[in-house]
Amino acid sequence: MERPTPRAIPAEAELSSDEKLELYYFMVLTRAVDERCHTLFKQGRIPGSIFSQLGHEAIACGSAFALGPNDVVARMHRDLGSYLVRGMSPARIFAQALGRVGGQTRGRDVNTHGLGDASLGIYGYVSHLPQSLPVALGAAFAFDYRNEPRVAMAYTGDGSSSQGGFHETLNIASVLEAPLVIVLENNGWAYSTPTSLQYKIEDLAERAKGYDIPGVIVDGNDVLAVYAASRAAVERARSGGGPTLLEMKTMRMRGHAAHDPADYVPNELLERWAARDPIALFEAALRDEDLLTDSTRAEVHARVEAEIARAVDEAESSPFPDPDTLTDGVYA
Amino acid sequence: MAKLNLLEAVNRALLEEMERDDRVFVLGEDVGAFGGAFKATAGLYERFGRRRVIDTPMCEYGVIGLAIGAGLQGLRPVVEIQFADFISTGFDPIVQYAATTHWRWGAPIPIVIRAPWGGGNRAGPFHSQCPEAWFAHVPGLKVVIPSNPHDAKGLLIAAIRDPNPVIFFEPKYLYRRERVDVPDGPFEVPIGLAERRRSGNDATIIAYGAMVPEAVQAADALSREGMECDVIDLRTVSPFDREAVASSVRRTGRLAIVHEARRSFSVGSEIAAFASEECFWDLDVPPLRITAPDTPVPHSPPLEDRYRPAAARIVDEVRKLVRT
Repeated sequence: MERPTPRAIPAEAELSSDEKLELYYFMVLTRAVDERCHTLFKQGRIPGSIFSQLGHEAIACGSAFALGPNDVVARMHRDLGSYLVRGMSPARIFAQALGRVGGQTRGRDVNTHGLGDASLGIYGYVSHLPQSLPVALGAAFAFDYRNEPRVAMAYTGDGSSSQGGFHETLNIASVLEAPLVIVLENNGWAYSTPTSLQYKIEDLAERAKGYDIPGVIVDGNDVLAVYAASRAAVERARSGGGPTLLEMKTMRMRGHAAHDPADYVPNELLERWAARDPIALFEAALRDEDLLTDSTRAEVHARVEAEIARAVDEAESSPFPDPDTLTDGVYA
Repeated sequence: MAKLNLLEAVNRALLEEMERDDRVFVLGEDVGAFGGAFKATAGLYERFGRRRVIDTPMCEYGVIGLAIGAGLQGLRPVVEIQFADFISTGFDPIVQYAATTHWRWGAPIPIVIRAPWGGGNRAGPFHSQCPEAWFAHVPGLKVVIPSNPHDAKGLLIAAIRDPNPVIFFEPKYLYRRERVDVPDGPFEVPIGLAERRRSGNDATIIAYGAMVPEAVQAADALSREGMECDVIDLRTVSPFDREAVASSVRRTGRLAIVHEARRSFSVGSEIAAFASEECFWDLDVPPLRITAPDTPVPHSPPLEDRYRPAAARIVDEVRKLVRT
């Protein structure tokens, strides 16, 4: 499978027209990969389960867009877009979901778990959220150690921010003034647990005060707002200003995983957020700037469809792993 | 060559590796100007400063996670956990992230987590533990426990240079007990290789950590009674030197495993199972485990002395083993 390199950070904080369209493309691609995974799942072609990122396209794509090629990102299960922005190919992601050798973990880890690629600066996560947070902090520490102007970005959720590790990471990161950006995707639900049962405060960004770092609330469905806040936090970290906690508000539009119909989520809540679909919102903004017409929109979607078709073909032609290789690689 | 005790040997290993390799750094509670709870990192802060010797907050999960991330970036962190008993606070990233990452997505995690380990100091249930079996059960980790200053230096250097996560337990009972010749400059004792401390055909005694000098003392006493024993110092608990164990047991036919960790579901259980599978037809009697009982580590001297094996008990039990 091809090995791309991470894309360069936009030259200016304000995105150019081309860069906005590129960001739009990534959001469309993200949703298309997600939808195709779900189709494959319903067809019974995916062993195990998969996670949907529906509604998270702005957070995942917008934040990753603010990173430079030498920065590092440690994301979770609902950040498919940031893997794609970072250069991981859809074919590799499909092959992973299908349990094939061509997947990022050669069939050893499931769906988006373990999608780690050191060459793309992507640290794969473990199910024990938010264990990626201190790991990303370690990368940030290494950047300071070697005097490198690089940044680590890590993702956590409303649920995983209740874990001690979230607090330990912010605590250590603030003491070290490490170049770490934490994206907290608050999508209202940790499996079936609403935020009203998860924590007492109104906004999780408030927790930043406990660590004397900036806490910023971001509209997680507005990709340009996501990008701007991410960019500012990344630049703050890169220039020695220390860590930032970004709380990006959104809604989990599907269940926790593919097997979860999420009947516990009130319909009217889903309807309210559907009206703020991040891709639809961005399309409207792009149309207002005359950057997106019916025909350019159709072009992007056609390009994405063709890419998905090729990627699924490539993934499905990848073989299953040989059981005789099971015990390889336990040790480096 | 210098005469060093085990603690000084650890200190030398850290000092010399940090001088040799800028990627190596030390982190943990009180390791900086204070030099560590046991002074294992004494002098490092003065020599290398706060860039390379980091006093951390009390956050084992966060600190071990940080070490993992630094390791992914190619640095060589050496985490000090103040007592092996507290490693459980950082258990999660060790067993879930560090141990599994290379097998899952091919990235090595070259970290060392070192801790003062074991009892004999009347320190009670939470300053005396031997948790090696927990980690030996996790593929992807290595578990190393030296029994003397020479091996402590050589094994710690090997651990720092190993691309895998290594848990390095230091028998605190032996920290200041004796000084032996330890070479100046870098040398490695290979991880995964045992060392025979005494030779004999009447029984095999497998031991590690602070039980090695006890086993040697016991073997010397038994020798005066006309019984000669192999004493095998495992040095690495996981992966252990299967060939050293099997070749000894095939020759002697009688196996005793001594450790101060508890009896059930222990390293002794693993070695007994291994010997039963590999050397069944050479064993004259069932394998014998000489261990602590299945209780927390007690504090009061008569309780701890009952709990923790020592030479006298090893003599009695191995004598019975040989005479059966």
